[in-house]
Amino acid sequence: MIFAVSQTTIDVAYLVASVCLILGIKRLSSPATARSGNVVAAVGMGIAVVFTLASPEIGSYWLIAAGVAVGTVVGVASARLVKMTAMPQMVALFNGVGGGAAALIAAAEFHRLTPGAEHVVPESMGAMLFSMLIGSISFSGSVVAFAKLQELLPGRPIVFAGQQVVNGLLFAGLLAAGAVAGVTEAGVWAVVLIAGSLLFGVLLVFPIGGADMPVVISLLNAFTGLAAASTGFVLENTALIIGGTLVGASGTLLTVLMGRAMNRSLANVLFGAFGAAAPSAAGAAAEAEAKSYREITGEDAAVMLAYASRVVIVPGYGLAVAQAQHGVRELADLLERRGVDVKYAIHPVAGRMPGHMNVLLAEANVPYPQLYDMENINPEFPRTDVALVIGANDVTNPAAREDPESPLYGMPILNVDQAANVVVLKRSMSPGFAGIDNDLFYRPNTAMLFGDAKESVEKLIAAVKAA
Amino acid sequence: MSQTLLTSITIFVLAVFLGFELISRVPTLLHTPLMSGTNAIHGIVLVGAMLIAGSADSTLEQVLAFVAVVFATINVVGGFLVTDRMLEMFKRRPEERE
Repeated sequence: MIFAVSQTTIDVAYLVASVCLILGIKRLSSPATARSGNVVAAVGMGIAVVFTLASPEIGSYWLIAAGVAVGTVVGVASARLVKMTAMPQMVALFNGVGGGAAALIAAAEFHRLTPGAEHVVPESMGAMLFSMLIGSISFSGSVVAFAKLQELLPGRPIVFAGQQVVNGLLFAGLLAAGAVAGVTEAGVWAVVLIAGSLLFGVLLVFPIGGADMPVVISLLNAFTGLAAASTGFVLENTALIIGGTLVGASGTLLTVLMGRAMNRSLANVLFGAFGAAAPSAAGAAAEAEAKSYREITGEDAAVMLAYASRVVIVPGYGLAVAQAQHGVRELADLLERRGVDVKYAIHPVAGRMPGHMNVLLAEANVPYPQLYDMENINPEFPRTDVALVIGANDVTNPAAREDPESPLYGMPILNVDQAANVVVLKRSMSPGFAGIDNDLFYRPNTAMLFGDAKESVEKLIAAVKAA
Repeated sequence: MSQTLLTSITIFVLAVFLGFELISRVPTLLHTPLMSGTNAIHGIVLVGAMLIAGSADSTLEQVLAFVAVVFATINVVGGFLVTDRMLEMFKRRPEERE
């Protein structure tokens, strides 16, 4: 033992750590203090970890040292190397391993306590089983979310007939397996519970389309928090209960806030199979062929922009993929120097995560006051000369406002179609991530500029300079 | 119900209310960093993983505990670093604009 201290000292340290975590979350929710909030939370975590090491319960250190060393190398490397655009899937992955850790802790405790001379106390058993269930779901669900965002799996919903019945039966089966594991204290049932939960996590996220992925990641984040809190009940550890519960509660609220921004209930996100009701990709593409759209050259679009008085830029995932944020800022600067009023319209769920666009544009040094939320920018569109849509699709689809048949109907959108002119930068006419054709592209005031967003923006910059 | 359990439940219930209150007025701008930051915070399972790893005696428990420590460390270290990288971008104010 390096330095053993009393349990009371450790509990006091946990109290200090909890206060740091709470202050950290509080500071994270305001732009001015956010970065320090993250540091405060990390300090709290550090205090909890260091004092746990001093716990008399710990008999040997080599496993801990080896595990922390491996985890640190992997964690630092992946956090440093990941591109800004791949951030959402990285968060999903970090979330998944947290859930996995909670499930493994519960599994190890289950193995240690059973079969024992006495029965495990019911509340401790219940908490262990809950950790295994939720932690495993969070792990496999997050891995599928990662694979979808990384495009290792198709982003569109993967559905099969009777899916909800299968999921319902599986979940009932999991509860039954958990009950049997709790009563018999047999390891084999714990294995069944974990394996079944992993499968359930996969099936839960499979039918969810890419557009809804942020909501799902946030939900799984809350799940992991609850799983962590539950291990706190197993180990009778207040730091775990507080840390886990804070995330469980705030994560749930964040999920609800995101769902509200898309005007959809959580149940709708989870069971609605967004996009599946729309025509198949082939059907949508064929339909797109039939309707006519107008193509525009970079030069023409540049002239339109250069002689406009009000321009609104609408960024979407295409901008993130193409890393076009720096180019966009340069274009906006050029236009401003010519006296054009430039604003950015940020849809709450543009990109793959809420705030995704804010992060990217902040990286390119776009001034914060130029970014407008949906509610603030929508009244501006009728007075806008050119709306420049860069790689955004579903969040601009007027069908959400006009067509009760559309799966998007009711989702608040950016009303770009009300601008005098709309220029859409897009790679091709293929439908968006949700797999729904966008009516905007066929409007008479819309012109399409095809190509990679970054290359198209560079073309516009060159042409605006020449104009 | 034991006294310990009752205390734990009290802490749990208060933490639920606190969690809701803390983030009820978050601007959309900060949703992603906040999700990422809270994601790092549930890495507190590392504390549990270390307690298990420090007292594991059978091989199976040692394997489970080792993987749990690795996973939880990735969650903590990766989570805080990624959040910091995101927030770093908000720090620079565009003072150079004319």
